[in-house]
Amino acid sequence: MSEEMDMDEGGTVKKFMFVNRKAPYGTIYALEGLEVVLISAAFDQDVSLAFLDDGVYELVKGQNTKAVEMKNFSSTYRALEGYDIEKLYVERESLEVRGLNEDDLLVDVQVLSAAEMGEMMAAQDVVISF
Amino acid sequence: MALEVNGKTYETDEEGFLLNLNEWNEDVAKALAQGENIDMTENHWEVINFLRDYYNEYQIAPAVRVLTKAIGKKLGPEKGNSKYLYDLFPFGPGKQACKIAGLPKPTGCI
Repeated sequence: MSEEMDMDEGGTVKKFMFVNRKAPYGTIYALEGLEVVLISAAFDQDVSLAFLDDGVYELVKGQNTKAVEMKNFSSTYRALEGYDIEKLYVERESLEVRGLNEDDLLVDVQVLSAAEMGEMMAAQDVVISF
Repeated sequence: MALEVNGKTYETDEEGFLLNLNEWNEDVAKALAQGENIDMTENHWEVINFLRDYYNEYQIAPAVRVLTKAIGKKLGPEKGNSKYLYDLFPFGPGKQACKIAGLPKPTGCI
């Protein structure tokens, strides 16, 4: 990460958005992204998560990873609340083309249109994509 | 590295964290605690069991701040504070208690 974090200045809170675009398994992006989010919680920044494209699959209920022999880390998204990370945005269009809706997701999220998501991203100080 | 308990060998990483979570049992916990110079009391077990429940539910070892808050919620404010937890686990509840509980090192713990 090349962004200046301004940690030394004390009290500077930046708006960080972590954008998740990939399916949970098959690549390491989703898990690594989630770990970065958990670590970021220690720095008292304004953290939000966005889920777009195949990234919406990260939040789908009832994941079973037995056949791919990978750890099912989907329940970790439910721990985010305890880390005071409560801004989870999901793009409506990404859900719709995959035949999903809010009830299929394992955490409470705010569903935004693509246009609203764009505005949300534009309002951030730092956007990091996984 | 490895830890031997009751004639059985348990694989650990270079810092002594158990590699296979499922191998954990109370005797292993006692041996791990001994390695940390901790005499296990009922209060220690309470935190260890809390951590194991947390891990089962969320698949991660919580950050210390999150652990402290969650313990306060479940066991009361007299236990949900740093002093209480550091008195039990002087080198850090995150690191020491997670190790004894057989969990991986907490994410973000250096």
